[in-house]
Amino acid sequence: MSSLEVTPAEPLSVDAGRALVNDFSLQVATVNGSGSQTANTVLMRAIFQMGIPVSGKNMFPSNIAGLPTWFTIRASKHGYVGRRKEIDFLVAMNAETAREDVMKLEAGAAVVYDEPLKLGELRTDLHFYPVPFDKLVAPVCPDAKLRKLVRNMIYDGVVAQLLGIEMEEVHRALVKQFGKRKAKAAELNWGAAQAGFDYATSAFTKNDRCRVERMNLTAGKIIVDGNAACALGAMFAGVTVVAWYPITPSSTLVETLIGYMRRFRVDPETGKATYAIVQAEDELASIGMALGAGWAGARSMTATSGPGLSLMAEFIGLGYYADVPTVIYDVQRVGPSTGLPTRTQQGDLLSTAFLSHGDTKHPIFFPCSMEECFSMSIQAFDFAERFQTPVFVFTDLDLGMNNWMADAFVYPEKPMNRGKVLTAEDLDRLGGFARYGDVDGDGVGYRTLPGTNHPKAVYFTRGSGHNANAQYTEREDDYIGNMDRLAHKFETMRGEVPEPARELRAGARIGIVAIGSSDYAARESCDQLEAEHGVPVDYLRPRAFPFTTHLAEFIRGHDRVYVVDQNRDGQLLQLMRLELEPDSIARLRSVRYYGGMPIDARTITDEIVKQEAK
Amino acid sequence: MSTPAAPPPPRKTNRIGLDVLSYKGSKTTLCAGCGHNSISERVIECFYELGVEPWHVAKFSGIGCSSKSPAYFLGMAHAFNGVHGRMPALATGALLANSTLLGLGVAGDGDAASIGLGQFMHMVRRNVPLICIIEDNGVYGLTKGQFSATADLGSTQKGGAVNDLPPFDCCALALEWGATFVARSFSGDKKQLQAILKTAISHRGLSVIDVVSPCVTFNDHVGSTKSYAYMKEHDLALNELDYVPAYEDIAVEIAEGEAMDVPLHDGSHLRIRKLGHDFDPTSRLAALAAIEEAETKAEVLTGVLYVNTGKPTFLDLLNLPPEPIATLPESRVRPSRAVLEEVMEELR
Repeated sequence: MSSLEVTPAEPLSVDAGRALVNDFSLQVATVNGSGSQTANTVLMRAIFQMGIPVSGKNMFPSNIAGLPTWFTIRASKHGYVGRRKEIDFLVAMNAETAREDVMKLEAGAAVVYDEPLKLGELRTDLHFYPVPFDKLVAPVCPDAKLRKLVRNMIYDGVVAQLLGIEMEEVHRALVKQFGKRKAKAAELNWGAAQAGFDYATSAFTKNDRCRVERMNLTAGKIIVDGNAACALGAMFAGVTVVAWYPITPSSTLVETLIGYMRRFRVDPETGKATYAIVQAEDELASIGMALGAGWAGARSMTATSGPGLSLMAEFIGLGYYADVPTVIYDVQRVGPSTGLPTRTQQGDLLSTAFLSHGDTKHPIFFPCSMEECFSMSIQAFDFAERFQTPVFVFTDLDLGMNNWMADAFVYPEKPMNRGKVLTAEDLDRLGGFARYGDVDGDGVGYRTLPGTNHPKAVYFTRGSGHNANAQYTEREDDYIGNMDRLAHKFETMRGEVPEPARELRAGARIGIVAIGSSDYAARESCDQLEAEHGVPVDYLRPRAFPFTTHLAEFIRGHDRVYVVDQNRDGQLLQLMRLELEPDSIARLRSVRYYGGMPIDARTITDEIVKQEAK
Repeated sequence: MSTPAAPPPPRKTNRIGLDVLSYKGSKTTLCAGCGHNSISERVIECFYELGVEPWHVAKFSGIGCSSKSPAYFLGMAHAFNGVHGRMPALATGALLANSTLLGLGVAGDGDAASIGLGQFMHMVRRNVPLICIIEDNGVYGLTKGQFSATADLGSTQKGGAVNDLPPFDCCALALEWGATFVARSFSGDKKQLQAILKTAISHRGLSVIDVVSPCVTFNDHVGSTKSYAYMKEHDLALNELDYVPAYEDIAVEIAEGEAMDVPLHDGSHLRIRKLGHDFDPTSRLAALAAIEEAETKAEVLTGVLYVNTGKPTFLDLLNLPPEPIATLPESRVRPSRAVLEEVMEELR
C-alpha cells in the first residue's frame, strides 16, 4: 500500500457556483488487460455524441496484463483536447494504485470506487461514491468467467448517472463499439451499464461539480487515433509497398493500414491486391525493402519508432545520397529501446534531421492533428517522389495511439505527383539522360524505373561515388558537385514544404513556437496567458523541416520566442539555432517537458510566466 | 594492285539481335585472376546465349569485392549497389514493386553468412524470385584478408593465423530454410556454372548459388581451402548438368535411370545426369546428407543439390497482379471519395 500521509482538510460543502459543466477531466484507473478499454471508449463516445468536444488518453504500461493503466477523458466546451494535469473525477478500479490516485487529487474532486477498497476513509475533502461492483455484476452476468470484463461497464452507468450523460447515447456508443457481429456481447454489457445507472440513482446524492450538458460542437466530427489517420493518409496517397517491423507505438499504424487495404485496395474484378505489405525480419530489412521499392518506382513506406530509426540509419543515408524516395513514419516514444516504450516524447528530432553518417539532412513533416496526419501523409508521398529522397513523418505516442476528435478528412483534390520519371518514349526523344544532372535547376535529376523497355533507360545506383551520369567515380570534383546538388535540392525543399500555421494576437510582443502534438497545449497556453495574465502571445507552428523563411521572420518580429520541446535538451530549439542569425537566436527561450506524459498547457504557461518575471 | 579488303564478318548476335558486347559491363577493377571475374563472364555468356533483354534485369548487391562485380556485367541493366549484407531487402522491395523484373543478386560470404545472415535467411523463407549468387572466397577482400564465416576450420590466413571456428555452409543453410533451388559451383568450372546459371534464370523462385571463387590476393595460398589449387583437388561434381532452353527441341530419349529431367517454369529443362553415387536432387534430406558426407571426406560437393519447382513464390503469396504495382494508375491505387466517406461514417 501507499505510504502517503493522509492530510487533514476542510470538510466539503457543495459549491454549485463552481460547477464544471462540460469542462473537466475524468480518469479511470484500472488494471492492464482487464478489458476496460471498451468501457472507456464507450464513455468517451457517449460524451462526444452529446456534442461535447472530448479527447481520450490511454496511459498504459509496457505489459500484457496485470500492471496499472489509466485512461483519461477530457471534456472541454472550449475545444481544448490536450492533456490537463488535474483530475476532477476519478474512477478507481485498481486496488494497487487507488490510494495514491486518491491522494493526488485536488480538493473537491469526485471518486467512484470499488466499495471494498474503502477509499472514503482517506480524505474528507473529496466526494466519494462507493459502488459494490461484484454484487452488481453477478445478477447481470450469469457466466462467472465473463464478469471480469463486464463489470467495467457498470462504471459507465454510474458515471453516466452522476454526470448526466444520456443513457441512449451510452447505448448507441456501445452498439457501435461492439458492432453487429457481437450483438450478444453488446446486450450483456448494456445490462451492466443499466445496473450501474440504477444503482447510482438509488444510492447517491449528487454533490460533486462535474456535469455534462448537451452541446452542438461535434456534429459531423470523427473520433480516430493518429496511427489510423496516417494509415488512411497512406492508403489515399496510393502507397503500394509497405515494409515494417512491429514496435510500440507504431505497430497499429501498419496494422490498421492492413485492415483498410484488404477492404479497399483489392481489385474487385481480378481479386488481386494492388499493394504488398511485408512484416520484415527487422528494421534493417524494412527500410531496405522500402528503399528497394521506392527505387523501383513504388510509393513505399515504413513505420517505426526511435529504436527502429537507429537501426535504419545506414540505409537512410544511402537513400539520401542515391536520391531514392520513400516515406518513413516515426511514432516517437521515450528512448532508448529499454526505456519507457509506452510513454510519449519528441525525442528523435535532432538525430533524425541528420540521420546517418556524413553530410546528410532530411525533410521531416510535423502533423499536429488527425486532419494533418491524413493530409500530410498524402503530401509526404508526393514530396518523396517530387524530391527523390526519404521523407519523415513525425508523430508520437500521444498523437498516434490516443483518441482524438477531428473534422472528417478531406479527399485529396490534387492528382498524385509522381515526380520526374522518364519513359521509354521520353528516352526515344531525348536519346539518353544524366541521372544526377540538374537540368531544371532545382537539384532534382530525372530518373528511370528499372524495367523501362529501353536500352538507354538503365543506370547504376550506388552511394555518393558517382558523377552526373551515375558512373563510378572517386574524383573530388564529382563528389563535391553531387553534394552541392543535394544541398541545393534541400534548399529547394524549403520553398515547397508545408508552410507553418500561425495564430496572431494584437499587440503580442512574445511568441511561442511548437511542433506536432505540442500544438494543443501551446494554443491553450496562449489563451491562458491572455486570460489569466493579460499577455497576448503570437503562435507559430512549423509544419516541416527544413524550416521555411516564415520562422526567422516570426522570431525577428518578437522580443522573445518560447520554443516548446517535449524532450530534455530542447531539440527543436537546437535545430532552429542552426538555421538562424545570432540576433534571432538571442531571442529564443526554451520550455521543456520530458516526463513521458503528453505536455499540458499549464506547464507551458507556468514556465513562460516564470521566465517573463525575470 | 591491292586486293579490296574483305568485308567484316557479320556481327554475331543472339536470338533477340543483340551482340555479346551488349551484355558486358564496365572494365573490372578486381584483381587479375579473381574468381569473381570468371563468374561475371559466365553471367554475360548465359544472358547473351539465352537472349534475355538486359533492361528487364535488375541487379542488386551489398558491399565488398563481390558486390562491385554487378558493374562488370550486364551494363544495360538497372543496378542497385546497397549496404553490406542487405542486398536481399533491396531486391525484395524492388521485386514487390515490379514483379516483372528478372532479379539478379550478388552477395559475398561476408554479406550472406555474416552481416546479412538474417536477411539471407528470410529471403529464403519468403522464396523471393531472385537469382542469388554468393561469390564465396572465405575471406574479406576489401578490408584486406580477415576470415569470413565460410572459412573452414583450420584453414590459414596469408600471415599464418589459423581459423579456429567451423564454417557456415550456405547451401546447407539454404536447404534447411526451405530454398527451392540450391547449387554449388566453382568459378573455374565454366560448363557447370553456365548450366546452373541458366537454370536459375528459368527457375521461378529463389536460386541460391554458392560459387567458390578464390581470392588471388588474400586466400589463394597453401593452407587455404578456398584456393584454386585446393578446389582442383577437392571439387567433387555431384552431377553433370545440361540446360535445354525452351526454344530448343528436347525430344531426345533419355534412358530410364540414366538422367533426371526437370521441367522449369519457362518451358526450359534441366537435365541432371548422375555421377558416381545415387543422388536425388528433389530430396532435401538427400542433399543435406550428401553435403555432410562430403564434408567428412574433405570434398567440396558441387552441382545441383536441390530443385523444387512447385513452391509458391513470395509474389504468389502476396496475391500480386501480373503487372508492376509500382506503376498502377492512380485510379487503381487511390480509393474513391465514396470509400473515404464510408470510413468517415464508421468513425463518427
